[in-house]
Amino acid sequence: MATKVHMEALSPTMEEGRLVKWTKHEGDAVKSGETLAEVETDKAVMELVARADGQLLKVMVQEGSTVPVGNVVAWIGKPGEKVDGDGAGAPAPTPAPAKPAASEKAPAPAPKATPQAAPPPSQAPAAPADATRVKASPLARRIAKESGVDLKLVQGSGPGGRVVKRDVEGAPAPATAPTAAAAAPRPTRDVRRTDVPYEDVPLTQIRKTIAKRLAASLGPVPHFFLTTDIDMERAAEAREALNKQLGDAGGKVSFNDIIIKAVALALVQHRACNAWFQEDHIRYWNEVHIGMAVAIEDGLITPVIRNADLKSLREIGAEARELANRARNRRLKPEEYTGATFSVSNLGMFEIEHFTAVINPPEAGIVAIGSIAPRAVPDGERIVVRRRMRITMSCDHRVIDGATGAAFLRTLKQMLENPLAMLL
Amino acid sequence: MPNSFDVIVLGGGPAGYVCAIRSAQLGLATAVIEREKLGGVCVNIGCIPTKALLHSAYIAHLLEGAKDFGVEAGSVKTDYGVAMKRSRKVADQNSKGVEFLMKKHKITVVKGTGVLQPGKKVKVGNDVYEAKKAVVIATGSRVKGIPQIGLEINKTTVISSDEALLMERVPESLAIIGAGAVGMEFADIFSAFGVKVTLIEALPRILPIEDAESSDVLAKSYRKRGIDVIAGAKVSKANVAKDKVTLDVEAGGEKKQVVAAAVLMAAGRAVNTENVGLKECGIQLTDRGFIKVDKNLQTTAPGYYAIGDVAGPPMLAHKGSREGVLVAELLAGQKPHPIKYDNVPSVTYCHPEVASIGLTEDQCKEKKLDYVAGKFPFSANGRARGTGETDGFVKILRDKKYGEILGAHIVGAHASEMIHELTVARENEYTVEEVDLAIHAHPTMSEAIAEAALDSMGRALNI
Repeated sequence: MATKVHMEALSPTMEEGRLVKWTKHEGDAVKSGETLAEVETDKAVMELVARADGQLLKVMVQEGSTVPVGNVVAWIGKPGEKVDGDGAGAPAPTPAPAKPAASEKAPAPAPKATPQAAPPPSQAPAAPADATRVKASPLARRIAKESGVDLKLVQGSGPGGRVVKRDVEGAPAPATAPTAAAAAPRPTRDVRRTDVPYEDVPLTQIRKTIAKRLAASLGPVPHFFLTTDIDMERAAEAREALNKQLGDAGGKVSFNDIIIKAVALALVQHRACNAWFQEDHIRYWNEVHIGMAVAIEDGLITPVIRNADLKSLREIGAEARELANRARNRRLKPEEYTGATFSVSNLGMFEIEHFTAVINPPEAGIVAIGSIAPRAVPDGERIVVRRRMRITMSCDHRVIDGATGAAFLRTLKQMLENPLAMLL
Repeated sequence: MPNSFDVIVLGGGPAGYVCAIRSAQLGLATAVIEREKLGGVCVNIGCIPTKALLHSAYIAHLLEGAKDFGVEAGSVKTDYGVAMKRSRKVADQNSKGVEFLMKKHKITVVKGTGVLQPGKKVKVGNDVYEAKKAVVIATGSRVKGIPQIGLEINKTTVISSDEALLMERVPESLAIIGAGAVGMEFADIFSAFGVKVTLIEALPRILPIEDAESSDVLAKSYRKRGIDVIAGAKVSKANVAKDKVTLDVEAGGEKKQVVAAAVLMAAGRAVNTENVGLKECGIQLTDRGFIKVDKNLQTTAPGYYAIGDVAGPPMLAHKGSREGVLVAELLAGQKPHPIKYDNVPSVTYCHPEVASIGLTEDQCKEKKLDYVAGKFPFSANGRARGTGETDGFVKILRDKKYGEILGAHIVGAHASEMIHELTVARENEYTVEEVDLAIHAHPTMSEAIAEAALDSMGRALNI
């Protein structure tokens, strides 16, 4: 019997994927493990691989279509084999989300039907592992799953905000606009004079995730902000010296690398800030993994430099560049952008003096790095010009109190103002 | 006695007294006005005493078949007077229980007939009581005859459940008009007490609001017991004599006469909306004569609420009680969860019992729903075989696409107790799969529910 190819959950938060490109075509021979298609998840473009040997019999989803996780996107089988059930006669879905083929045949046809008619529970795709649990009735879950409604985006009207049938019935199905990767409308960079006053751009997968995650942060997370001004003169000198030392060997040290290293080391001393808020408990991390916000084509992503406190500046620099590059090409693996214990967001290169960043839950803090610029500062009786940098820490007050955050910032300031301290 | 309260409830039946308790629980100063006994029709001349009598009937029925179970009971004699007195004791105990609950919650009980006045006031005799927050109307309903065809209740040959519940002796024969819950239950009781019963229903089948299959099982069971069941029957004329009643009945194109020592009127109830002062307060009625209410059960006069039978169908005690809770919580400033009127269980305590929730199969068809009926007969259930109560079935109507439980119907012993599994399931939007996944103890009659759920998915195990 032919084997179904399902849209798989290729990232921990993925609920639907856009089929960017079929790398195999109907009639092609495929081996288990071979790439069948490229799929854009909420985070990156990933590969969907074959789970069976045979011939790609039928492609159920056109390139550019968005499909909920768990839906059948293709069939693999012996050459000439009939694809059973709805696979065979079913027209290839339009770019609208594919009909949930697996579930359509789920209900038993008649009361006296043979036992096989019932859906074996094992067919159900693994639910996306998401930390945010949604209260919903079993019926609402089932309707949502089969009609592609994201329960997290539905306002529940049942007891205690539970999502019930009437809530999902009224909920809009996922965007059905044909948004093939190549043809995806991009937000224009600048205002153009045209005869239309505005342009509606469908949310891309990543934009949806950003919206959800950040709204989930500023809403429920009680943020407060601590700003400090740091003298970067000695850090700048140290960087120049180090880069001179490295010479043409490549892999120059950037301010960003120095800041990541300093943040990691300061966190080692202030475990209270290296923590996750976990609803009923706080997880204080003994490892330091720094998330580094990277701007990409139509959003941002936070690749993680693991054990940054244990890595050299050179290692951090090399890793940061490599991760940022792959992030921009949407080639990050899920494990490369999850699991940070604290984050750094740097807009210094855009000559932003000072800003505040939104915490990426469950992390409890993030530092926002402003530009390094010469500024007049008093030095005893005199005014001197020094390279200064302003950083602002956003703290989740459920985890970090004012004094706790301040103590961490003081350590960070000391480290940056005296980079030799990092060697201690 | 202070004459000012937060909430005044007019009527101490299951809607009114529950509303009063919930109000008091929420810290509202509450009074209940009741002209008769606390507990209303339900406790005194309805639900409770009939259940006592039905159990007497059940025992008589059991004893008749006891020999097969190895128990010789001799010749079985029944005495309705004794059963009736026991049922009165049970009703009184319950009414006293309500009195105790009023005391416990420091609710003021005013004995007398209350008449509404504008300005959230209620007059009882010469006293006027004033409500600061609201007056809740819970005046309930009463039996009614059909005077149009000469069947006015005269309490001797044309009686209502009120009289039936207080009889010392049973009549030789009894015609019951109306085969809803009341008619069905009295047919069961009187038949067990040796009365020749004729059950007449105007609609095409007995228990007309239940699933057709439930009606069929009961019609068969009743006929087997010697009850004459005439459905789809029109009573065109009634001749009421001193010691008998002759009814001209037309059914299935045939005309016949039913002669009985008495006629029990069990076709519908009239709501108590007269002489309550509704009009004076600007409280309007619906076309069908119920008090017009909004979704918060407020009447057309602000500050006046209506709950229970007067507020509209279904005229069931448990629906009224829930409305009482809802109004109390609203008045206390809470946001109660809305009542799901499509999830009110319906139960008839005849033998076998009939219980249901949600849609009937015919209603699914009318609504053109894509459904599957899963069914499991008690004849295939071990526990039912053990007790010899194999009549009946569990039927679950499952939405084909999502597995929603559209309706459920149980006919059988203890159906009234078993229906709540499916009520909870529906209230929480469990699908048939969750019902099956919950492990059911073996051997129980409730296993039939899990099996019916499985059958609706085409995979019943024990049939």
